[in-house]
Amino acid sequence: MDLPDGCVVFVKASCPTCQTVVPALARLRDSGAPLAIVTQDDPAFPPGLAPVDDTELRLSYEAGVEIVPTLLRVRDGRVEETLQGWRRADWERATGVAGLGDGLPEHRPGCGSRTLDPGMPERLAARYRGDTLRSRPVELGELEDVFEAMEDRGWTDGLPVVPPTRERVLRMLEGTRRDPHEVVAVVPPDLVECSVEKVAVNAVLAGCRPEYLPVVLTAVEAACTAEFNMHGLLATTWASGPVVVVNGPVVERIGMNSGGNALGQGSRANATIGRALQLVVRNVGGGRPGGVDRATHGNPGKFTFCFAEDERGSPWEPLAVERGLPAETSAVTLFAGSGVQPFADQLSRTPESLARSFAACLSGVGHPKLTLAWDALLVVSPEHARVFREAGWSKARLREELDGLLRRPGAELVRGAGGIAEGMPGALAGAQLPKFRPGGLLIAHAGGTAGLFSAIIGGWVSGATGSEPVTREIRE
Amino acid sequence: MSGMVLLDPTGERRPAARERVARPDSLEGLTVGLLDISKPRGDVFLDRLEELLAGRGVEVLRYRKPTFTKPAPADLRREIAAHCHAVVEALAD
Repeated sequence: MDLPDGCVVFVKASCPTCQTVVPALARLRDSGAPLAIVTQDDPAFPPGLAPVDDTELRLSYEAGVEIVPTLLRVRDGRVEETLQGWRRADWERATGVAGLGDGLPEHRPGCGSRTLDPGMPERLAARYRGDTLRSRPVELGELEDVFEAMEDRGWTDGLPVVPPTRERVLRMLEGTRRDPHEVVAVVPPDLVECSVEKVAVNAVLAGCRPEYLPVVLTAVEAACTAEFNMHGLLATTWASGPVVVVNGPVVERIGMNSGGNALGQGSRANATIGRALQLVVRNVGGGRPGGVDRATHGNPGKFTFCFAEDERGSPWEPLAVERGLPAETSAVTLFAGSGVQPFADQLSRTPESLARSFAACLSGVGHPKLTLAWDALLVVSPEHARVFREAGWSKARLREELDGLLRRPGAELVRGAGGIAEGMPGALAGAQLPKFRPGGLLIAHAGGTAGLFSAIIGGWVSGATGSEPVTREIRE
Repeated sequence: MSGMVLLDPTGERRPAARERVARPDSLEGLTVGLLDISKPRGDVFLDRLEELLAGRGVEVLRYRKPTFTKPAPADLRREIAAHCHAVVEALAD
């Protein structure tokens, strides 16, 4: 920015205070002190005082003007003092000119700068900072409908997306302190390097607000790790996709839902964070249904699947803490999950009975006769959690109980047993078989306050063969 | 809604077009790799293929991916390319 030394005063004709101070500006001009008057709206205002035309707002934007009039005292190109509005004593001191605006009121507040008109900050950012963006600009034809055009280019998941204009992408990038050009991840299946900016473009498409961006960035990082194995999760014929569980202070700050309908629709944060991750995989990674995505059925969670854990109402430590992060850390946990299977137990009032119900329902994940093949994420509702709280059961205690209850004799599970060809290899007939591998059952607390129901989100191929859940701290 | 400028959300990648190696006219004197992707029963299918190929005097080398859910490691792909003239990748579940 090149501001001239001396006094620089930003004004607009439509501001009554600016009109009021015209005599003071005239006196300042007459004093011979170095002075530039920069006008934001009418290039002829104030008349006769040789204003600088800033109707394009470049100077005002770059100087960060918020109020008119603003008087800047500049020396060697640096702003030494900023005065907002009109206060005679301050103006006289700052300019060194006495008798400024005789007959004017001592003090008048100013008006808002045009740079802060609704929608203007984004337009100005696009105009004066837009060249920092590296994504290819795609100019639509005069007669193209923008929503049809985005669908035609293959950018959507089948639902309409928000047009990623420069203005919106720049505003999205305000949501993080990270450099727009920092590489966040190498996204499968095409193994494409993905920058913060590219994630922001897709977050705009998904409908995110800027404050969601750090969560999306972390979800993308976690999904693209070797242990999470997004490539395989995408390519599988199984009906699974990435499930994002959010913990920590970020949940309340950005308004995520961990209560009623937490796994459902209606929360913009829940809905768009999960969707943004999927759109990054689709658009940046090139992972599309019918292409590398070979799902037999898929599931509606592949549009978006993201929710927050209800930590306040939980009798237990949060999922991210259990997985090794300090308390009060904002974090995402990525789980390779399929759809939601709710189950009821409205009669158990003891933890022993309820744990048995949990085990009975969990044993059906994937197939009741197959073990050690799938992980699961158990989402315990507040009413079920209350039973454990009142009995003083920790999460570890519940796990221990479930571990015992979920071991079954191999003879019941081998191929052919129970008249079902599917099952474990016959050689395991003599063994006791646990349903889940160690660490393969995740437990989180979420849901509305009414309902003696919990929910199971079944997994996909578990562990090193398929996917490990990944927990990452969110960087702002 | 006209003349709008949007930012490309894609990877902006142009996939490199790679020529396939020409299909051999005959397997005589060639080495054939058999790649098991580690799904159940892939070995049943590949064992039989090996039997049939060996019966025709074709040299066969066997390979196996560590897991079917991930792409074959680069080293494994290089090894196959270095030692084989053709490869059969198979699953049978």
